[in-house]
Amino acid sequence: MNKKASFSLLLGIAFVALLLAVMLTSLFYTPYDANEMNIAERLQAPSAKHWLGTDNFGRDVLSRIMVGAQTAFLVGLLSAVIGLVFGFIIGTAAGYTGKWLDELLMRGIDGLLAFPGILLALLLVSIFKPSMSQTILAIGVLSIPSFARVVRSGVLQQKEAEYVKAAKGLGAGHLHLIFKQILPNMISPILTTAALSFSAAILIEAALSYLGLGVQPPDPSWGRMLNEAQSFIRKAPWFTLAPGLFIMVTVLGFNLLSDGIRDLRDTRQ
Amino acid sequence: MNPLLDIRELRLELQRTRKESVAVLDGLSLSVGKGETVGIVGESGCGKSVLSLSILGLQPNAMRITGGEIWYKEEYPLHDLKPRDIRRYRGSEIAMVFQDPMSSLNNGLTVGAQVTEMFRLHAGCSRAEAKERAIALFRKVGLARPEALLKEYPYQLSGGMRQRIMIAIAISCNPGLLIADEPTTALDVTIQAQILDLMRQIRDENDTAIMLISHDLGVIADMCDRIAVMYAGQIIEEGPVDAIFEEPRHPYTIGLLQSIPAPSKKQEKLFSIPGTVPGLAERQSLGCRFAPRCGMAVKHCYTEAPPLFGASPGHAARCWLLAERGGQADAIVS
Ligand SMILES: Nc1ncnc2c1ncn2[C@@H]1O[C@H](COP(=O)(O)OP(=O)(O)OP(=O)(O)O)[C@@H](O)[C@H]1O
Ligand code: SF4
Ligand SMILES: [Mg+2]
Repeated sequence: MNKKASFSLLLGIAFVALLLAVMLTSLFYTPYDANEMNIAERLQAPSAKHWLGTDNFGRDVLSRIMVGAQTAFLVGLLSAVIGLVFGFIIGTAAGYTGKWLDELLMRGIDGLLAFPGILLALLLVSIFKPSMSQTILAIGVLSIPSFARVVRSGVLQQKEAEYVKAAKGLGAGHLHLIFKQILPNMISPILTTAALSFSAAILIEAALSYLGLGVQPPDPSWGRMLNEAQSFIRKAPWFTLAPGLFIMVTVLGFNLLSDGIRDLRDTRQ
Repeated sequence: MNPLLDIRELRLELQRTRKESVAVLDGLSLSVGKGETVGIVGESGCGKSVLSLSILGLQPNAMRITGGEIWYKEEYPLHDLKPRDIRRYRGSEIAMVFQDPMSSLNNGLTVGAQVTEMFRLHAGCSRAEAKERAIALFRKVGLARPEALLKEYPYQLSGGMRQRIMIAIAISCNPGLLIADEPTTALDVTIQAQILDLMRQIRDENDTAIMLISHDLGVIADMCDRIAVMYAGQIIEEGPVDAIFEEPRHPYTIGLLQSIPAPSKKQEKLFSIPGTVPGLAERQSLGCRFAPRCGMAVKHCYTEAPPLFGASPGHAARCWLLAERGGQADAIVS
């Protein structure tokens, strides 16, 4: 096997697994209550008592980061699911039927892509009241185009393939062809896209929340933590560093994972 | 004998542009009896594959049947069925085996998934039952260690094994007719012989009719009861194997037979028919489509298309020579 492939895959898996562990732990254990304020202990530097210090209300930063991971994963996962489901339907419809429907759908997708992602997300969340579900919806819509394109190109590539023709010649119907013949060969590009979409979703969520338009209190979010921390960047740099670092590691982890899956496919073929 | 498959005056057109279409198959009639093996030969591009595909409505998207009829078992008009209805005949009544066993199996699925799917599709078997039947079928087509094979992916197997699997899938529902489009072209000689043996065995055991397309006249001579020679979208000669090989009537068939390398005279330069097949559009304006390449063409040949003339019972050729000279075509060429 290709060395680089296994390396980025392993590193990606390691990062993601670490974050997953943090997120899962937070479901039943955090060092402190993430929302418990303690004005006496505000803006403390990292110590044995508070590993990542405290924020301007004296809340434990580590606990908030941990709970924030739940938000990140929830947003990443659900928006990827939205993107995948709609992207798959659109991509399959376009690629499989071809002709004017393909033209129409792909024009729509191009239009969606022409907007800078964050702008579109801003537009979507500003139409409605900012909230977690709005954020997920907006990011999900944003990730439809990349799924649709990947699926469409996979379907286009395969629909004229000999094995699809052969299956057709033996009586297979459209659904059989799509789900049993074509889809199994697209798992890897779909996973690659999903990992990328996951990392993009976390970045956009952070950006939206940083702008105060994403996840709203009391749901904790790394983006909003950054926002809150920026006024104290001199006095308490760890407070900015912690969410920033976690956002970075998450994005990096999922990007590496995505690369790793892609390389894995390349070496196998 | 009532034919199993009866193609009558089939015309298949390729839509070139919105307004313009050209005939790919033109007035093509062919029948295959129950348990009979019919060989189809002809130069590349003459329409053999398209013909076999159109029987099951699988012709390329841009092509349409615009005339003629295709009857299966005398009561099912395949030319006239909706896509949804014709699907029922695919695999269960008429099955196909394609040329390249390397690409006609899906590399993303295990062999087992692909074989059992056929049973589930047509026979509505349970998963376990389908697996049982697949194993039995693999034994029948001479595949060793069938249980292990089910878990493997096609890319792990040799060409011969893959073609055996394709054949196993094709005969899984006991079709009345097996269409094989150059089933052995991609395989080496020993494997070729094994696959042909397998097809013979299947034909004899199940009384399956076979429509065998091949460039290899040796294979055709070996396997078939009857031969249809195609040229430029038409059948130009048709007859029993012996008649075609011993008394070919159409100059094209004669040329084709002369181009077989004979093992005894290795040194001699191989005969090849001069010129190339006329293009799809060009064909229409010719009288006899073979005229530009025919050594015996007379004026008449360029202006009027010859019909099929009978030469002997069951043997006919589309050439004016049969009408005018009483069937002396072979004598003149040699
Ligand atoms: N998908 C397609 N679109 C347009 N034209 C096609 C298509 N497939 C085949 N044709 C045309 O139809 C004609 C018959 O092709 P076909 O593949 O049936 O030939 P063939 O006799 O099977 O040749 P070969 O021996 O090379 O397999 C050719 O002129 C070819 O150019
Ligand atoms: S009809 Fe004329 S041109 Fe055609 S094959 Fe016969 S002799 Fe040749
Ligand atoms: Mg062909």
